[in-house]
Amino acid sequence: MRGFWKLLLVQAKLYLREPIATFFTIFYAPMMLLLFGAIYGNEPSPFFGGRGAMDIAVPSYIGLIIVTVGFISLPIGTAAARERGVLRRFRATPLHPLAYILSDIASYLLMTVIGVLLLILTGRVVFHIRFEGNILSVLAGFLLGTTAFFALGYLIAGLAPTARSAQTVGMILAFIMMFISGATIPLEVLPAKVRAISQYIPLTHVVTLMRGLWFGDSWGQHWKEVAVLVGCLLVGGALAVKTFRWE
Amino acid sequence: MGIAIEVNDLHKFYGPVRAVDGVSFTVEEGEIFGMVGPNGAGKTTTIECVEGLRRPDRGTIRVLGLDPQRDGYELRRRIGVQLQEAALHPRLKVWEALDLFGSFYPRRVDGKALLEQLGLADKRNAAFEELSGGQKQRLFIALALINDPELVFLDELTTGLDPQARRAMWDLVRGIRERGKTVFLTTHYMEEAERLCDRVAIMDRGKIVALDTPENLIRSIGAEQRVVFTVDGQWDDTLLRGVPGVTRVERIGERTVVYGRGEGLVGGVVSALERMGIRFRDLRTEQPTLEDVFLALTGREMRE
Repeated sequence: MRGFWKLLLVQAKLYLREPIATFFTIFYAPMMLLLFGAIYGNEPSPFFGGRGAMDIAVPSYIGLIIVTVGFISLPIGTAAARERGVLRRFRATPLHPLAYILSDIASYLLMTVIGVLLLILTGRVVFHIRFEGNILSVLAGFLLGTTAFFALGYLIAGLAPTARSAQTVGMILAFIMMFISGATIPLEVLPAKVRAISQYIPLTHVVTLMRGLWFGDSWGQHWKEVAVLVGCLLVGGALAVKTFRWE
Repeated sequence: MGIAIEVNDLHKFYGPVRAVDGVSFTVEEGEIFGMVGPNGAGKTTTIECVEGLRRPDRGTIRVLGLDPQRDGYELRRRIGVQLQEAALHPRLKVWEALDLFGSFYPRRVDGKALLEQLGLADKRNAAFEELSGGQKQRLFIALALINDPELVFLDELTTGLDPQARRAMWDLVRGIRERGKTVFLTTHYMEEAERLCDRVAIMDRGKIVALDTPENLIRSIGAEQRVVFTVDGQWDDTLLRGVPGVTRVERIGERTVVYGRGEGLVGGVVSALERMGIRFRDLRTEQPTLEDVFLALTGREMRE
């Protein structure tokens, strides 16, 4: 695994040198939280089962960060590195492919974690949000959702012929999913027809799982979400490995 | 001197295209070995098979005693590679690139000293995208040398550089050999191969058509050298035709071209002109080059 840590550090630095990626990964969700919190507050409401709008928003926005990194940053970064010949250059060194891919995944995971921590911190400090779940359980759900979306993100990069097309596909899918999955607008507000469609998009299952675990649901209550995400991870991951190209 | 690279009957096909069609050669330790030929001749495919980046369809390759396909990781620790088409992340800084690539190897040299040798010391904190073409190529050389390799591969190192940067690059490559390393390079500049390489393989359409030192290659085609000069007014060139080695004399207006062979050709022509009391100017000689060798061997000009 020689090179893993150095590469992780460099990838993280390069990510933070990209102002747009940094903004949308780290600052966008807390900003949305502040904005909607200013509008709706966090008073308990029967509409949200006795919880406030921000209590619901924080676990939901975790899905927003996951889809931003997984479907936008990761496919663009991967396809661009391939297109520029960065990956070719790595192949001419003794860097092991596994070390490369693990440090790549770890760098995107790190960015997602930073974004999520800042989101939770904002919610906690500004809106005193409630947390009724188990931290380890929420962490496991977060890792499942994140790795499933990363697998799909690598698949987008593998299928896209160029960085531009990876960007187009990733952004269109991400922006559609953001608004009909409950990641931005709560599922409760969406019309029944949209909610029916939302059952077919993977991000809805991340949001539902995160919200459930956040308020203390058991994994058994969410077997459907878990099954969909494990499916995305395994099938997406296998196809991503098959479609991955060094050049 | 031992053998650094041994290639035997190498074939590589892309569909119906025979990119490399039965190539064999050896590279000796400590030499600069060049592969030269027009674009599409199969040079890059050959060098990338030797580096282990491409899998040959047929033939055997041994590099530093290793099989590039089977012992790829072991081999890549001991070689340095500059690729024809590669780049770094635009915002990666020069020192970070050296630090990163150095971390891939068990053994590495001091990156700072390397940057100084390559004239990049003041660019340590510059991002890759801010570098000029020549600076990028020097950085890629630095990356190829970071592990103190025994063997260095340079693929089209000077393509896209201006003549001055190209000459500076030649000095760098000579410096690499002086440090006891073997260099295997490809180029489509005949002049570069002639000035830089100890031995040259001329490649055309997937095959090696000739392999020797540049001097031997040029001598082998028995090409004539030319003495060119200008004389104002009328004069009689009969006496010139008698100079030893001269094969023919061509006159186009005021310009005269004397064709011939042999060491004493220029001296003979000049003293004959002086004996005749002819006032000549702008005299220069043109030696046959590898371009002429390529023309003689393939019947085509190098330049497309």
